[in-house]
Amino acid sequence: MIRTFIEFLSSWFIPFIVLFVIAFGLVKKVPVYETFIDGAKDGLKVSVNIVPYLVAIIVAVAMLRASGAIELAQIAFGKCLRAFNIPVDVLPVMIVRSLSGSAVLGIFSDIASQFGPDSFVTKLTAIMVGSSETTFYVLAVYFGSVGIKKFRHALLTGILADIIGIVAAVVVANCLFL
Amino acid sequence: MNYIWFLIILVAIVSAAITGRVNEMVNAIWSGAQKSIEIAIYLAGIMAFWLGIMKIAEKSGLVMAIAKLITPLAKKLFPDVPDKNPVIGDIAMNFTANAFGLSNAATPIGIKAMEELQKINKDKKSASNDMCTLLAMNTAGFQLVPTTVIAVLAASGSKNPTEIVLPTLVVTSIAFVSALIIVKLLEKFSKPQVVGDFEEVEND
Repeated sequence: MIRTFIEFLSSWFIPFIVLFVIAFGLVKKVPVYETFIDGAKDGLKVSVNIVPYLVAIIVAVAMLRASGAIELAQIAFGKCLRAFNIPVDVLPVMIVRSLSGSAVLGIFSDIASQFGPDSFVTKLTAIMVGSSETTFYVLAVYFGSVGIKKFRHALLTGILADIIGIVAAVVVANCLFL
Repeated sequence: MNYIWFLIILVAIVSAAITGRVNEMVNAIWSGAQKSIEIAIYLAGIMAFWLGIMKIAEKSGLVMAIAKLITPLAKKLFPDVPDKNPVIGDIAMNFTANAFGLSNAATPIGIKAMEELQKINKDKKSASNDMCTLLAMNTAGFQLVPTTVIAVLAASGSKNPTEIVLPTLVVTSIAFVSALIIVKLLEKFSKPQVVGDFEEVEND
């Protein structure tokens, strides 16, 4: 019931915003077409500006994934994780979820097919993925677009909030699904 | 960020030395660089569209109207934004789009908000406190319904894919509130911005 309502809201959100904004503009006698073109030009400029920042972070993450670092971490921290009731297979999700959205979805699909969609591992992973945001990508894009080079406390905040998210996911999954 | 970036690359190279996957890693450099251009091109069209729409919203005074609604709350979170600055409206829309899982809409609006904050930033190379707060709101990634996760679960034959909606909402809320608390706490300990200081100091 609530889900269909939220799904309904999600799918109608964009058409509603677009229609409402343009209609409101016309009512207020804004030249909507010319204004749109103006804004779209700015959008193109922004996407050119963020390219160098994207290259820096995406290449580093691609190197990390291809190097086998995540498998090594699995071997190194496996025992420690088991002590907290976290299956070792979730470790790649914990590492990758702050780095790459498409990669974490790939790992998640892999876990779901390997362990079954209703297993504890899959549910824990689902919560972790669902509550995640690619912190480093967001930092690179948002600060990159305006040329900020010193991130100050934004970086540490992002990392700490991610860790809290992981811990919360483990606690909630253990309470509900074990 | 300088150290984090170096650390990611260093860990990758050391791991490749251990696992012997040097060639794979080198290939990843090229494919990663290509992929970043692909993402930028993919973003360009969406950005152009949303910034076009947002420009209409701004000119018609709509953004301003939303800004007024949530100003009391946003003023507490963004104390350095001057009165009646349209950026508060952008921040409100960025948050709303994120909550509905519309990152395609949220990112351009968020970037626009970042540009507005940059205009009132004293040191253009270093992030202001308000910029860090906006980032915290976005990196914490508050989302009402994790649609892609439900899609993957449903695709792999889950009996009840929406079972994870509520727990995910709890976790994402905890992370979001923590991010705001952390950013406000760290703000007090972070080195303040120095106007006109061009020395290369690492203080992130």
